[in-house]
Amino acid sequence: MTNLTAGALSPKEAIDRVAATLRRRRSAEFRFRFWGQAAIGLALGFLVLLFGAIFSNGIPGLFQHYVVLDVELNKQRLDPQGDMSVNSLYAGDAEALIREGLLAALDNPTGRSNTRAARGIISSGSAQRLVDFVYANPDLMGQTVPVKFALDDDIDSFLRGFIDRNTPEADRRINDTVIQFVDKLMASERVSYEVSDYLFFGSASRDAEMAGIRGAFIGSILTLFICVLISFPLGVATAVYLEEIAPKNRFTEIIEININNLAAVPSVVFGIMGLAVFIVLFGMPRSIPLVGGIVLALMTLPTIIISSRAAIRSVPPSIRDAALGVGASKMQTIFHHVIPLAMPGMLTGTIIGMAQALGETAPLLMIGMVAFIVDVPGGVMDPGTVLPVQIFMWADFAERMFVQKTSAAIIVLLAFLIVMNASAIWLRKKLERRW
Amino acid sequence: MTDTTMTTNAAMTETRMEDRILPDKTIGQVHVEHPRMTARAVDVHYGTKKAIDSVTLDIGERQVISFIGPSGCGKSTFLRCLNRMNDTIDICKVSGLIAIDEQDIYDPSIDVVSLRARVGMVFQKPNPFPKSIYDNIAYGPRIHGLANNKVELDQIVEMSLRRAGLWEEVKDRLDQPGTGLSGGQQQRLCIARAVAVSPEVILMDEPCSALDPIATAKVEELIHELRAEYTIVIVTHSMQQAARVSDRTAYFHLGKLVEVGETKQIFTNPVHELTQDYITGRFG
Amino acid sequence: MSMSSLALIVLVIGAGYFYLAQRAVLLLRSTGQHRLHSLPHYYGYWAAAVAVLPALLLLLILSIADDIVFKIMVRDFYPPDQQNLDSVSEAIVLAKIMNVVKGIQFGSPDAWVIAAGEAWIQWTETSRQLISVIVIGVSLLGGLFAYRKVSPEFRSRNAVERIILWVLGLSSTVAILTTIGIVLSVLFESIRFFKLVPPTEFIFGLTWNPQFEGAERAGSGQMGLATYGMVPLFVGTLLISVVALTVAVPVGLFAAIYLAEYANNTVRGVVKPLLEILAGVPTVVYGFFAALTVAPLVRGAGESIGLTVASESAMAAGLVMGVMIIPFVSSLSDDVINAVPQSLRDAAYGLGSTKSETVRQVILPAALPGIVAAVILAVSRAIGETMIVVMAAGLAANLSFNPLDAVTTVTSQIVTILVGDQEFESAKTLAAFALALMLIIITLGLNFFALQIVKKYREQYD
Repeated sequence: MTNLTAGALSPKEAIDRVAATLRRRRSAEFRFRFWGQAAIGLALGFLVLLFGAIFSNGIPGLFQHYVVLDVELNKQRLDPQGDMSVNSLYAGDAEALIREGLLAALDNPTGRSNTRAARGIISSGSAQRLVDFVYANPDLMGQTVPVKFALDDDIDSFLRGFIDRNTPEADRRINDTVIQFVDKLMASERVSYEVSDYLFFGSASRDAEMAGIRGAFIGSILTLFICVLISFPLGVATAVYLEEIAPKNRFTEIIEININNLAAVPSVVFGIMGLAVFIVLFGMPRSIPLVGGIVLALMTLPTIIISSRAAIRSVPPSIRDAALGVGASKMQTIFHHVIPLAMPGMLTGTIIGMAQALGETAPLLMIGMVAFIVDVPGGVMDPGTVLPVQIFMWADFAERMFVQKTSAAIIVLLAFLIVMNASAIWLRKKLERRW
Repeated sequence: MTDTTMTTNAAMTETRMEDRILPDKTIGQVHVEHPRMTARAVDVHYGTKKAIDSVTLDIGERQVISFIGPSGCGKSTFLRCLNRMNDTIDICKVSGLIAIDEQDIYDPSIDVVSLRARVGMVFQKPNPFPKSIYDNIAYGPRIHGLANNKVELDQIVEMSLRRAGLWEEVKDRLDQPGTGLSGGQQQRLCIARAVAVSPEVILMDEPCSALDPIATAKVEELIHELRAEYTIVIVTHSMQQAARVSDRTAYFHLGKLVEVGETKQIFTNPVHELTQDYITGRFG
Repeated sequence: MSMSSLALIVLVIGAGYFYLAQRAVLLLRSTGQHRLHSLPHYYGYWAAAVAVLPALLLLLILSIADDIVFKIMVRDFYPPDQQNLDSVSEAIVLAKIMNVVKGIQFGSPDAWVIAAGEAWIQWTETSRQLISVIVIGVSLLGGLFAYRKVSPEFRSRNAVERIILWVLGLSSTVAILTTIGIVLSVLFESIRFFKLVPPTEFIFGLTWNPQFEGAERAGSGQMGLATYGMVPLFVGTLLISVVALTVAVPVGLFAAIYLAEYANNTVRGVVKPLLEILAGVPTVVYGFFAALTVAPLVRGAGESIGLTVASESAMAAGLVMGVMIIPFVSSLSDDVINAVPQSLRDAAYGLGSTKSETVRQVILPAALPGIVAAVILAVSRAIGETMIVVMAAGLAANLSFNPLDAVTTVTSQIVTILVGDQEFESAKTLAAFALALMLIIITLGLNFFALQIVKKYREQYD
C-alpha cells in the first residue's frame, strides 16, 4: 500500500488548489450564463421586432379614411329603367351624383383643374359603393342623404402623414389644389378614420383603398377544407396501417423511408409536382382551391402520419390485450379502442399540419393561385387565391397604403393561426390521457 | 399459499407497520468524537411533501457509515444533501444545518463547486463519461486545477486507479473509452474518478445495486481499503453489505432517522421495533 | 353529369345496398332458424363497400384519363404537314384547340383547329355520359353481386375487415405515389432540359442568364444568348444559408442550453412557447418583414459605416431566415441535450464541475452528433426555403461571396420561372425543373446524412 499515496494531494492541498481556481471559474460560469441569456434575449428581441413591425403597420392598416358626402339620390339618374334591378342601377349615373355632392362639399369650385383634383380625392370605387347603398336602402330614394365614401389611397397616405405638404409640389403625389380641398373637407369635419370595411369585405383590387381579403380568406378556407378532407383520413389510415397492421418487411420500410423523405422535401417542390402532375398531366384547371388543397394535403401528410403514429404508439398494449382477450377481432380492437384513444393526438397533429398548410405560399404559387382574381370563389373549382399568396401579391405593390393593408392581412392570418394552434393546445390538454 | 392468504398477510404487515410509532428522537448515539460532517435538525421538502424530517447525525472522520431503510425512506435524499446534489432539483428545499468541519455547507458564501470537490459522490449506476479511461479520471483534477503539469496529472490518474484497484486491469488501455469496461470495472472507475480530486468525504449511493456479486465483492473490498483515508457514507439496500463494510449504521424510516449506532449493535441488538423488523426482514 | 354528383349517386346506391343486405339477414335471423356469423351491420357494410369502392375508384381513374386520351385522339385532326410535331409545337397547337373548347376567340383559328375543338367538345360530352353509365353500372352490379352472397353463414365481418385492410394498405402507398410523382415530374422535364443544355454546362456553368426570346426556343437548336450555369444560384443559396446559420446556430444552441440547463420551470414555460411562435410564423410574413424592415436596416447600418449594400442584400434575407430557423435549431438541440443521460450530469456535478463546465465538457461532447445532425437539417431547411428569398433576395444572378451584394437562389429562380403563364416547353421553363432536381438531391442527401448521424447517436445511449 506504500505506492498508493504517490502523486496524491492531501485534502488540504486539494482544497487550496480548488480555491485558487474558483474566481476564474466563477467568471467563466457567469460569462457562459450571460451568453445563454443573450441568445434568448436576441431571439425574443427578433420576435418583438417582427411583431412590432407587423403591428405598427398593421393596426393602422385595419383602418382607413372615409369622407361623408351629401348625395342627392335622384331616382331618374340612379335608376334609369326604374325597376331597381342591378342592371338598371349600374346603368345609372351614380358617379356624377357623387361628384356633385363632393363639389358641393368643396363650395363648388370651378375650372377643369379643380374638378379633376376633386375627382381624385375619393376612391374610384365610390360609384359601386353608392349603388350598393341604394340597393340596400331603396326607401331613401329621392332624398339627399349623407353617404360615406372611401378616400383615395394617396389622400389616405397624406392624412396619415406619409406625404409631406412641405415637399415641393412637383415631388409630391398630390398637388396643392388637392391638399387645399382635403383641408376644406377636414375643416368641415366630413373626414373620418374608422375600421376599414373594404379590408374585410372587399376583394382583390389594384386600388389600395378598396383592396380586401375576403376572396383570399374564403379561398384559404376552401383550400384547407380540401386539404383536411384528404390528409386526415389518409394520414390516420397510413398511421394505423404502419403501426398496427403492417408486417415489418421491406415494403413497410420503404414506406417509412418515403414518409421521412417527404417531410424533408422543400415545399416548393410539392408545388412543382402539383403543376406537373395535376395541371399538366391530369388537365385540371389552374388556380383552383381543389388542386391547392390536394398539393397541401400531400405536403402535410408526413406531419399527420408522424404525429398519428406517435399517438397510436402511446396507447398502452394492455388496452389491445384487453380487447383481444374478450374476443374482439384485430380490426375491432383498432376501431373500437386504439383509434378513439389515439384520436386527441391525431387531431392535434392534424391541426398543426393544417396551420402549416394555412401559412404555406410557395407551392400555391406554382399551381397558379397567384392570379389576380376579383371574384370571391364560390366553390373548390372556382379560381381563387389564399391569404398568404394575397399577402405576397400585396407586398409587391408600391403604394404606401398597401404596406399597411399587407400588414393588416398578416394580422388576420396570424390571428387565424393563433386560433388553430391554441385549439390544438387546448385539445391536447383537454383530451390527452396520461398512462 | 393461495392468493387470499397472501393478501391477508400483506395487509397484516401493513397494519402492524402502521401501529409502530416513529420515535420523536433518534435512538442511539447520533454524536461522535471526531465528526467530519454534522447534520442538525435537517428537513427536506419536495414541494409540499416532506421527505426528511428533522434528522440530526454526525459523520465521523475516517469512518464508514451506512444508511439503510426501506425504499422511499429518505436515505438517498439525505445523502444527496451532504454535497448539495439536491440543488439541481428546483422544488427541493433543505432547512436545518449541515456542516463540514464546522462550516455550514448551505451558507451562501460556500461555493458548491469547492464543496463537491471535498465531498465526492459515486452513483447507483456506473456513469463513466463517454471519454477515455484516462480522461474520465483526469476530468476532476483538470477542472479543479489540481495538477500543475502533465506529469502530475499522470501521477494522479495512476494513483487514483491504483486506489480503486483498477490500475493493473486498465493500465494498457487508458486511451480506450470508459464505457467499454465491464459494469464492475466502470463502477470502480467512477470511484477512482471521485478519489482523483482528493476529497475528504465520499458519498456512495447504492454503489453495488447494479453489479453482480463478484463485482460487488471487489467494490466492497475497495471501500474497506479506502476507509483508511476517507470518510465514507454509503446508502445500501443490502443489510449484509452494511454489516460487512460499515463502522456505524443509521436506519431511516419515512424520512426520519429512527436509530443509529455501531454496526454490530444495530445488527445484533436493535432497540426500536422498526429497526428490528427491518433487520430481520419482515419488510423492506 | 359532374363528378361530384356521380359520386353522390354512387354513395346513395351504397346506402341502399347497406339497407337491403342488413334487412335480409335481420329477416333471416328473426325466423329463429339461422345463426348469423357476424353482426347484421357487417352484412350491410359488406354490400355497401362492394357497391361504392370500385365504382369511385373507376370514376377517379376515368375522369383523369379522359383528357389524356383526347390529347392522343385529337392528333387525327392535324393536317398532314403537322403530323410529326415536336412536343413544343404540339403544346402550342393544343393550347389553340383548348381555346376553341373554352369558347375563347383569339384571332381566327384554322378550320381544322375549330373542327378539332368541336370534336373535343363532342368527346367530352360522350365521355361524360359513358362514364356515368359505366360508374353507375359498376356500382349497381357490384352491390348486386355482394347482396347475392349474403347468407347467415357468410363471414361478412371477415370480408369487411379484409376490405378495410386493403383500404388502409392502399392509403399508406400514397406516400410512395407522392414520392414517385415528385421524382418523375422533376426527372422527365430535367432529362428534356439536359438534352438542350448539357449537364456539365448546367452544373459547372458560371453564368445564369435564362432568356425567353424566340431564338433559343427548344427544338430550334439555337441557344442564343441564354446560358444556364447554376453555380451562381448555388453560391447565392449557400451565401444566404451561411448568413442564416451564423445567426441561427449560436442563438438556437445557446438558447437550448440555457433553457435545458439553467432556466427554471417558469422561464422555460414562458420562453419555449415564445420561441415556438417564431417557428409558426408563415414564411411569407418573414419575407415581408425582410423586405420591408430588415433590408433597409441592414442597408442603413452598412452605409453608416461606409459599406455599399445592395437594397436586396443576401445579408437581409439571411438574417431573417436565420431568425426563422432559430426555433428549429433550438428544439432539435433541446431534444439531444435532454437525451444526454442525467447520470452523466450527476457524475460531473458530483465531482464539483460548475454548470458551464458540465455543459461544455460533458453534455456538449456527448450531444455533439445530435447537434451536428440538427445543424445539417437546418442547412437543408435554409436551402429549401423559398418565400423569404423570393421576397427579399432579388433576382440578380451575381456570382458573389459578399453577403452585402444582391444574389439570387435556386428556389427564387424556380418560383420566378414557374409563376404565372409559362411556355411549358422552353428551355427556361425546363431549367426550373432541373434546378428542382438539384434541390431535391441536395436536401434529401443532407437529410439522409443527418438521419444516419442521429441513428448512430441513438444506438450509443440505447
